Amino acid sequence: MSGAQIGLLAFGAWQTLLLTLGGAALGLLFGFLGGLARVSDVKILRAIGFVYVEFFRGAAVLVLAFWFVYALPMLGWQLEPLFAGMLALGLNIGAYAAEVVRGAIQSVPSSQYEAALALNFTTGQRMRRVVVPQAVVAMIPPFSNNIIELLKASAVVAVVSISELTFNGQLIWSGNGRAASVFGGLLIMYGIMAVVFTILMRLLERRAALSVGRQPDPGMWKRMRRRAEVSA
Amino acid sequence: MTEATSASPVRDDTANGEFISFDGIGKQFGSNVVLKDLSFNVGFGERVSLIGPSGSGKTTILRMLMTLLRPDSGTIMVNGKYLYHEERNGALVPASDAHTRQVRSKITMVFQHFNLFPNMRVLRNVTEAPVHVLGQSKDEAEARAKELLDMVGLGEKLGSYPSQLSGGQQQRVAIARALAVDPDVLLLDEVTSALDPEIAAEVLDVLRDIARTTDVTMLLVTHAMKFARDVSHRVLMFNEGRIIEDRPPEEMFNDPRHERTQSFLRSVIDET
Repeated sequence: MSGAQIGLLAFGAWQTLLLTLGGAALGLLFGFLGGLARVSDVKILRAIGFVYVEFFRGAAVLVLAFWFVYALPMLGWQLEPLFAGMLALGLNIGAYAAEVVRGAIQSVPSSQYEAALALNFTTGQRMRRVVVPQAVVAMIPPFSNNIIELLKASAVVAVVSISELTFNGQLIWSGNGRAASVFGGLLIMYGIMAVVFTILMRLLERRAALSVGRQPDPGMWKRMRRRAEVSA
Repeated sequence: MTEATSASPVRDDTANGEFISFDGIGKQFGSNVVLKDLSFNVGFGERVSLIGPSGSGKTTILRMLMTLLRPDSGTIMVNGKYLYHEERNGALVPASDAHTRQVRSKITMVFQHFNLFPNMRVLRNVTEAPVHVLGQSKDEAEARAKELLDMVGLGEKLGSYPSQLSGGQQQRVAIARALAVDPDVLLLDEVTSALDPEIAAEVLDVLRDIARTTDVTMLLVTHAMKFARDVSHRVLMFNEGRIIEDRPPEEMFNDPRHERTQSFLRSVIDET
């Protein structure tokens, strides 16, 4: 493989990383807004949350990306393709995340609401200080799934000429025709990124467990070491 | 709540009046009528125990006073103000949230299952409401919280999470947390039912101290009859959503008049 090809792949990986991180940040924002709206006491907010989730969960990321890049300019807004890609990914994954947020908030026992009310917290304080910090712990494992989904979905937005990993891989393949090695290499690169995200999310999960005074799961290595110590 | 002299007796029969009044309260869940046209008053500083078989409406009373459960009919007044109603142009209308919140501000509750905030360490469980609801400074709230936690014997556990404490310790933190908001009314809902007897005794000792050294009004639902007898000015016997007997503890326990009270007390005493 030539240096130019390696450069192309490295740049592609970088763009994929940007799409994933940008999409995740937007998805987190939309997810929280949507999820909180869905559990709101205010009917109109609940309706907005519902429409957001149902619309964007069902909307194909590919079509969204097309729409942002080719339809939106006709209305007078020109988006950078990379940002359009992030937005399409973020809106879609945010709809999934909103359901995660809603479920996690609803899983906080009602006794916690009651205790907060007995101390005369306002509704906002109850959510911010008591309910959401506990709910976040339950959100992290499904969020890990969401971010891996997002990483893979980022390949789809290549169609609006974002030169991310898959797009650049196709470019190299059309030059050298070596499908097996090019796409095999892509699979490995996506795999590595997914593993890195998984590890980071696991660390976050452990921190979150500690934040509610729970002993986190010791993890595979510690368990294996412990087993080795016991048998030794 | 103000500090009374520590020499004051456990029971102070001068407490009287209508600090809290229930008037014609009714409540049903589906077709199950829990409370029927219930009226009673509690004076400022009075300690009132609610006893009776389960399902007789005792806990419902506390939950209504804490605004966790709305009555279907009737009115509740606390310190001269309606809890669920407001007077507007001479008419009684449902209260705004702000009104209810204001009337509720001097009432707090300790729960059967403690309900500490698992995401906060012990000290913050106690300071959170004083800082964010009462607007105390962090230093002021922490100083008071440490005093209260010392009083309940947990001055060493400030940095622990609730999940690292035993049930009895958690309940004592919950009591400190409740006192930290400086309540006029303390509601105790079967606070020792989830604890084994030895641990329960520690918690009850803390509550006896509070009864002795403060003039906080207490309404307690309990099955710990000896405790009820020690701290109460009055005992209300509930049966099927009505108060069937309302008397000072020594009379209630030594000479119950109502046949249902007699059989209830017999069964409770057999049990313990």
